[in-house]
Amino acid sequence: MSRPRRERLRVAGVEAVGPYALVRVGRGGIDPGVPGQFVMLEAPGRVLPRPMSLCLAPRGELAFLLDPIGPGTTALARLERGDRLHVFGPLGNGFRLDMPRPLLVGGGIGIAPLPYLAEALERPPAVLGFRSALHAEAAVLLPNAEVVCDPTLVTDVMPLDRDVLACGPEPMLEAVRALVPDAQLAWEAPMACGYGACYGCVVEVDGELKRLCVEGPVLCSS
Amino acid sequence: MLLLNASGCLDALTAPEVASSLDAFVTKTVTPEPRAGNAPVRIAETEHGMLNSIGLANPGRDVFVNETLPLLTRTVHVPIWVSVGGFCVRDYVETCEQLAGDAVACLELNLSCPNVDEAPESAAEIVAACREVTDKPLYAKVSPHSWDMAETVRAVEAAGADGVSMVNTLRGVALDAQLRATLARGAGGYSGPALKPVALAAVLAARRATALPIVGMGGVCTGRDALELIACGATHVAIGTVLFADCDAPARVRDELVAEATRAGFGQPDDAFAFALQNVARLAN
Repeated sequence: MSRPRRERLRVAGVEAVGPYALVRVGRGGIDPGVPGQFVMLEAPGRVLPRPMSLCLAPRGELAFLLDPIGPGTTALARLERGDRLHVFGPLGNGFRLDMPRPLLVGGGIGIAPLPYLAEALERPPAVLGFRSALHAEAAVLLPNAEVVCDPTLVTDVMPLDRDVLACGPEPMLEAVRALVPDAQLAWEAPMACGYGACYGCVVEVDGELKRLCVEGPVLCSS
Repeated sequence: MLLLNASGCLDALTAPEVASSLDAFVTKTVTPEPRAGNAPVRIAETEHGMLNSIGLANPGRDVFVNETLPLLTRTVHVPIWVSVGGFCVRDYVETCEQLAGDAVACLELNLSCPNVDEAPESAAEIVAACREVTDKPLYAKVSPHSWDMAETVRAVEAAGADGVSMVNTLRGVALDAQLRATLARGAGGYSGPALKPVALAAVLAARRATALPIVGMGGVCTGRDALELIACGATHVAIGTVLFADCDAPARVRDELVAEATRAGFGQPDDAFAFALQNVARLAN
């Protein structure tokens, strides 16, 4: 596994993808890591960086899909080409890729790690769920995916005989796990450091508190 | 001057190279029994700082002594200070007794945990009882909520403390967009840049009361912040929240500190301590 590095990188561009922002930065010496791993992105003007999984790894770049819903993600979405920010990664544990019949399942901004994962798995089938047609515009990042919108849920349409790799809101992950107990699930939590220092990012999985940054963010119960 | 981490802000098992880039590593607080810590949500960023309600998550002193400490001595290449916590005098005493081995360079008594009475008598009582059972350097970590810092510091010094550490976090609350408390426990410890003036005042008040070594901490992000703590009377400086945003902070802060000291006309950062006496003299009663 690649050693995490912290570098100040240059923003190559920021593009709107539906209501989301795709932030591209020059790669520098940072390894893109395994799909599902994440980096900490300096959020301009904020005290703490923000954890973001890698969405795409175009040549010489790292690209992150984010939803500008709070002060940190809004500051990141407002970055402009040429701005510089600290990037620290890759961090955490990504998806296991040795699955014979992979199926990607994503919900909302949780589709963020799936495009890079799809590349690594040579474009397996995917099911994406969104809350509106505007949000569903982000499905452009995963051509050929089956897309559903609220009130239809991904769990209404996903086949159950596949090796599921999923990322999305907690209720979606719980519902996926209820149907496919050995699914690999990428979780999310507020995180201060990303490298095991703060103990802030615990989530309760099967009655146990797990530090997502070092034990996850991808967890599998079996 | 030593550059340390604030207890609770670094796990040397997951980041041994960061711990080894300090002059000494301070562990998370060790309690008698294992503690899973509080239910999430445990952290919240605010405009100028952050709140945490981790809840002293730790494996308990038996596992710490038998498993964690041997691992730390192999992976961390700087002296190890152990933060000791508890809920009564006996908790502290028995943990200090168990930490008698050579692996531990210093004991920092966490006397500012919300579950411990913060009255000076109580802090002094704990220090005095621990002093009876250990010859290791004993630091008392006190709360910024202390109603009279000078009296607290005099009390722990009289009880046998070799030094004081300050400040711990301040109690704070953050609300989410729907005006509900963000942290699952409602309130948490407030840290980060906003704490610096509180830390400077606490260190100044303590320096007026004692000649003991003081580990100053609270909101240190840059070398300039560290220099200010020294100019208020800190002997050593600890960094906390900044480590979450910058794992390279120890080397950066040290470099900036030397540059800032030079800019201020000092031969070395410790020379800024001369200002502490002037600043103490200027401190109104």
